[in-house]
This record gives sequence, structure tokens and C-alpha cells, in this order.
Amino acid sequence: MTAAITARGLVKNFGATRALDGLDLEVKTGEVHGFLGPNGSGKTTTIRILLGLLRADAGEARVLGGDPWHDAVELHRRLAYVPGDVNLWPELTGGEVIDVLAKLRGGLDRRRRDELIEIFQLDPTKKGRSYSKGNRQKVALVAALASDAELLILDEPTSGLDPLMEATFRQVVRDLLDDGRTVLLSSHILSEVEALADSVSIIRQGRTVESGTLDELRHLRRTSITAETVEPAIGLAALPGVHDFRAENGQVHFEVDSEHLDPVIREIARLGVRSLISQPPTLEQLLLSHYMEDGVPAQRVADGEPERAGARR
Amino acid sequence: MTAGATAQARARQETRRESSLTGLGMLLRFNLRRDRVRIPVWLASLAITTIITAWSLPDFYASAVERQQRAELMNNPAARALAGPAHGVEDYTFGAMMANEMLGFLTIFVGIMSILMITRHTRANEETGRTELVLANVVGRQAPLVAALLLAIGTNLVLALLLAVGLPAVGVETIDAVGSLAFATGLAGVGIFFAAVAAVAAQISDNSRGANTMALGALGLAYAIRGAGDMGDGTLSWLSPMGWAQAMRSYVDERWWPLALLAAFSIAIGMLAVELNRRRDFGTGLRASRPGPAGASALLKRPAGFALRLQRSSLISWAVGLFAFGALYGSLLTEIESFVEDNETILELIERVSGASLIDSWLALVITLLAITCSVFTIMATSRPRSEESAGRAEPVLSTAISRTRWFGSYLVIALGGSFVLMLIGGVGLGLGAGIASGEFDQFQEVVIAAVSYTPVLWFVGGLAAALYGLAPRAMSAVWLVLVYALTADMLGGLLQFPEWMLELSPYDHVAKMPAEDFRLLPLLVFTALAAGLIALGLATFRRRDIESA
Repeated sequence: MTAAITARGLVKNFGATRALDGLDLEVKTGEVHGFLGPNGSGKTTTIRILLGLLRADAGEARVLGGDPWHDAVELHRRLAYVPGDVNLWPELTGGEVIDVLAKLRGGLDRRRRDELIEIFQLDPTKKGRSYSKGNRQKVALVAALASDAELLILDEPTSGLDPLMEATFRQVVRDLLDDGRTVLLSSHILSEVEALADSVSIIRQGRTVESGTLDELRHLRRTSITAETVEPAIGLAALPGVHDFRAENGQVHFEVDSEHLDPVIREIARLGVRSLISQPPTLEQLLLSHYMEDGVPAQRVADGEPERAGARR
Repeated sequence: MTAGATAQARARQETRRESSLTGLGMLLRFNLRRDRVRIPVWLASLAITTIITAWSLPDFYASAVERQQRAELMNNPAARALAGPAHGVEDYTFGAMMANEMLGFLTIFVGIMSILMITRHTRANEETGRTELVLANVVGRQAPLVAALLLAIGTNLVLALLLAVGLPAVGVETIDAVGSLAFATGLAGVGIFFAAVAAVAAQISDNSRGANTMALGALGLAYAIRGAGDMGDGTLSWLSPMGWAQAMRSYVDERWWPLALLAAFSIAIGMLAVELNRRRDFGTGLRASRPGPAGASALLKRPAGFALRLQRSSLISWAVGLFAFGALYGSLLTEIESFVEDNETILELIERVSGASLIDSWLALVITLLAITCSVFTIMATSRPRSEESAGRAEPVLSTAISRTRWFGSYLVIALGGSFVLMLIGGVGLGLGAGIASGEFDQFQEVVIAAVSYTPVLWFVGGLAAALYGLAPRAMSAVWLVLVYALTADMLGGLLQFPEWMLELSPYDHVAKMPAEDFRLLPLLVFTALAAGLIALGLATFRRRDIESA
């Protein structure tokens, strides 16, 4: 068995809304697969189909060699799931929820559970109603990670975690990988996926627009540069890998493919740097540029989340 | 220090004093906007029920003799515990009836209305982080609490106005303007009192459920104290705000100073809430949530044990409530005969089965009422999976190795098993109450069997809910219509002279009216079979549909 998940041409309609429009997905056994897409692109709907919570209107899905709808219970023994929006029972403690979910899945490794509670710094004696979003997410993460599931399906698992916990999470996922488990990691944070994933699928409006290993998708990774130089920088436009070059107010703006970054920066330095801002691309920019290359017109959007993106470099 | 600097300091101080209430008007309008459906529904149902009751009294009690028989009933300690002190029973006018038998019940509902309103606009907002959103703007620290209190006070005053104007307008003899004013202001006073109590509870508990439980507990305690007091010489009733409202003796010989008691204590308790709010940190309560177990017990890890745990407190309160319901009605048994004998209207209501004694018919009616009341639990417990699903809590459970049938089934086991247990407890309560009142227990067994024999009908109603859950979960609340119809047909059908087929449309009508009728097995088998079919349909359709998520 080489594919943990395969999905071909998945279609799902909610009334008049088409949530999935022929989505394809392939996750190989033993890899971390990044599942990227903007909000509302159909990531969660796909995951719910893979879990047998929703039935696809068309298309075919296989999870661990079984049919996710018909073999739901059997498959659920072998996988663990962390929802993007974790809702807990207000009257139960976090520790109780972890035990209940793990037991319903078929059992848990007691030692591993306590270890995870320790490293995620979770207080298991608090009631569900008093947990913050991040702590609710930790409860679901501990319940999933403490199991011996072959496949983990994680839907935006770090959206409520602080940066330290995010780092802890990454380490735990790497350990899982060493055990030979498979992870489907849905996210809209590119850097998280870059840090963990072997391969990536990018979806938009219910369709897969890109899929492959990170190296194969290298052409999607561009850095935005805004520079002010002593000598005129117009010549930069002609360098290989430079796109969308604009010059205004004495500054130049452009995007450059990552593999051409080094010669471009050397050239800027030679011209004499007054100021230099470099930002990794946000997912939206990536998708937009991808669509532009395909000849589909797309409007330019303002830089999304420049602060977060900047902070990471 | 120069004069200028002092003035400046004073100005600064004044700004600070003012600022704790900044934004009050805007918040009040905002609260009104959020409650624009809720408040009118509460006000309309309370006012209309009260006014219709007053209006219908002359139909029920045509003569002074009949009213005096009703007054006899009020001499029973159990009846006084339930309703209130027997003011004016010497000459039991319609006004006295309202004051004795209606006011006590109304105070409970007005209290619940005020408590839910305060918690919703204070602690619930704080718990979900909405208050944070509001307080981050130019809004004073006390403004949300005071806005909620003003909303509750205003709502209660509007209710008082509706009743003070509406009751005398009905034109029933002895229900006059002065008495109605006492009745209405006393009622509103109790509502405002419990709004203040809820405001304190919202400072003490750090979650809305805890705040509601605490304030509703205080309401229940106040009712119990008044009940105990009115059973005896009435001294204890002075410890309960409900007792104060009834001590105003509306429609009998009004006195107004108990209203001052209500006002003074409401203000004091309200100010305590404001002071507590000033002292505590945002987001915390004076009493923090207690930590719970760090791991799940063996019972909790089983699906049915999990479903049971989620409904444990609901089951316990239903058991206590239905037992008390049965016991109180049972204890009225000996009084009922003398009271009803000559009253044609009440006789029609009781719908005597030919050949049965009045007491047996009355017991049968109470048992039907018990079954209809218990059906509320059945429907709520069967609807639990629906609320789990729409709150997004079904998703993580259903993505474990539990089948949908087993998940839904475990909730059905609690709903259907719970219905049986609750009918048994209600029946035992009724049997005990009747036995103690009459001094003989020869009917005990029959009463308990009669109560339990309604279980298949409850299962049938639960089955309807289960089938809807599988087929059309969004339409699930339609099952409540069955209850509303049954309540009308079974309780008032005789009085309203419903034709036979309309009475038979209610599922409760088909069960043998024991002890007035003999036990019949067939309807029970039919309802059990129907329930099984409906549940099978619900389980089968639930397996095939999408799970809706939050």
C-alpha cells in the first residue's frame, strides 16, 4: 500500500453552493501532506468526506484502502482526527474528554497521554467551558496524538496555539513521521506546511490547483522585494526570475523566484541600498500569481498579513 | 496647591466617576435590540395568561357557593404550600382567588424571566468574550451590568403596567384597579428582586450556567420557604420575597408597605452586585470553577455512560420535580371530592368515566398530566443528539470507532429508559401522597401501574422525534406540536366539547385511564411497536445522511 488517501473528482453541493468541484488528492503512506487553501476553499468539507461524516455527491475516495463512507467505523480505529474548531462539553474536564475520545477510538497509550499533556502544558482538570481556544485545541491534539493511529487528519491544528506550542507541535509531528505514520495537515499558513510537509496539495474553490512535492512547487515560491537604491534600479527588471516589476516614488517593487534570489540581492547591493524590505509570499498571492500564469485574470490584492510573514524571516 | 490645579483634579475625578457608566444608553438600546423578540414573548405570555385566567374565573365558579368550596381547598396545607397564604378565604372573591392561586405561580415565572435576562446580558457575555469586545470601546466598567439591571427593571415595570391596566379592564367583579395595582407591583417587585439576585450570582460564578443555577436555586429556596411558612402560621413566609408580594393582600385589604421591603432589598442587593463587580477582575468570578478529575471513569468511557453523564443533572431534577408533582397532587386527594362535587365545570374538566368514582377519575387525569409533563423530558433527551450535532460536538465523537447507530442509540437508551424511570417515580410520588392524605394505601399499586403504563406512549413520542432526527433534523422541533395538542385535547377536550375523533387524535387518550378504567394491554403493545418502527426509521435514515457541523 503506497497511498494512504486517494480522492478523485470529489463533488459536494450544499444546496445551491458547490463546496467541492472535482477535487483530487493523493497522500502517500508515511508522508506529511500539506493541504493548503484559503478559507472556504473546501479543505474541511474534503476532510469530512474522508471521515465519512459527509457523503460525496460524485467522485471516489479511498482511505487506508477502504471506503470512508461504508467502512467508517473500521477505518476510524486506524485514524485520528483533530477538528479545526474544537468544541468541548462544558461540564467535562479536558482529561475526561481525552480519555473518552481515545477509548471510543479503541484505546490509548497511558504513558504517551501523560507525556503529551506535560509537553503541551495542558491542565487536564479544567472544565471544558473554561478552556481558551488554544487549550481546547490541545485537548483534541492530545487525544489524537496519544493514539496509535496510522493516519492523522489534522484540520488547521495550530490556529489557536502560541509560537512555542506551535514549535512543540512540529516536533511531535516529526516524531510521528519517524514512527512511519501518515499525516494530512490542512492549513492556510504556508510556513507551517513548509516546515513539516513532504508534499503539498493546493486547493481553491473546491478544486486542486497544484499538487506535488515542495521541490516541484518551487516555482510558486516567490519573495516580494521593495527596495530603494542609490543608483537607478530599473535594470533589475531584466534579471532572470524577476516578475511584476514596478517602479514608483523612487522605489522598486518586484517578486523574485527563490532560486534567483541570490544574484538579484547581489545586484541590489551593488547599486547601493537605502532601504530594503523582503517578504515571503502569502498563500493568496501564490494562488493569484498561479492563476495569472494560467491566463486567468485575477485582481491584485493588498499584501495579506505582512507582519506575520515578515516576522518569520 | 493652586486653585486651578484643584479644579483640574476635581474635574479629573468627576470624569472618572462618570466613566464607569459611559456608554450605558447605547448598551441598553443594544440589549433591547438583542431581546426584541424574547421580551415581548415573555411579556405577552405572562400578561395574557394572567388576564385570561381572571376572565375565565366567572365561568368556572358561577356561584358564591362554588367559590366557597374552592376556598375550602385552600385550607389544605398542601394547597397553601403550592399557591400561597389563604388571604380572604372567608369571602372567596375572584380577586382573592387571583391573589391566592395565581400570584404565587406568576412570581416563579417572573423570577425565571429576570434571572435568565440578567445572566444572558452579563456573565454569558463575559464568558464568551463579547463583553471584552464591548469594554474595549469607550464603555465604562459598570455599564454592562447596570444596563442589564435597567433592562430587567424596565421589563418588569412594563409587565406591571400591562397587568395594572389589563386586569381591571376585563371587568370581573372584585378585580378592581387598586387591587390590580397591588397585584402587579408586587409581582414586578419579585421580578426585580431576583434580577438583583442574579446580578450578584453573575459576579460570584465565573460561568453562566453556574450563575443561573445559583440564582434559580435562590428562587427555588424562596418558594420553598414561603411554602413552608404558608403551610404553618405564615411567619417563615416573611423570609421570602414571594411572601412579601402576597402579604400585600391584593384584592382583599391592600397594604403597601411590603412593597417597600421589596424595593429596599432589591436596591441593596443590586448595589452589592455593582460593588462586587467593581472589586473583581474581568473574566473571573468570586468563586472559581472547581477543577475536575484529570481522567475519565470507566462508566464515562462507555457510550451510554457518556450520554448518561451529559444528562445526569437533568434526570435528577426531573425525578425530584415529578416526584413532588405526584406527591402534591396526591395529597390533595381527600379535599378534591368536597370541592368538585357540585361544580359542573370542574366535573366536565375531569371527564368522569361512567361508573368510576370521582376520585378515580381525578387520579386518572393527574396521571395523564404527569405523562404529558414527563414527555417534555422524553423529547428533550431525544433531541440531545441534535444539539450535540449543531454545536459541533458530534463530529469528534463520530470520527472515532463508534458507529452512528451506537452513538444515537446510546442517547435513545437514556431518553426511553429515563422516561420509564421518571413515570415510575412520578407514580410512586402520587401513590404515596394519596396514601398519606387518605390514610390507606390500597390504591398505591394501581396508581403506580397506571403511571408506568403511559411509558409506551412516551416512547412513541420519542420515536417521532427520533424519526425526524434521521429524516429532517431541522424540523425536529415539530414534535412539540404533539404535546401542545395532547395538552389541549386531554386536559380541556371535555370542557371544550371536542368530538370523539379529536380526543382520540391524542396518543395519550388511548391508554386505559386507570384507576377509573381497567388495564388494557393492547394499546401498550401497539404503541411499543409503533415506537420501535419509528426508532428503526430514525436510526436507518440517520446512518445515511450527512452530519451537519457548526
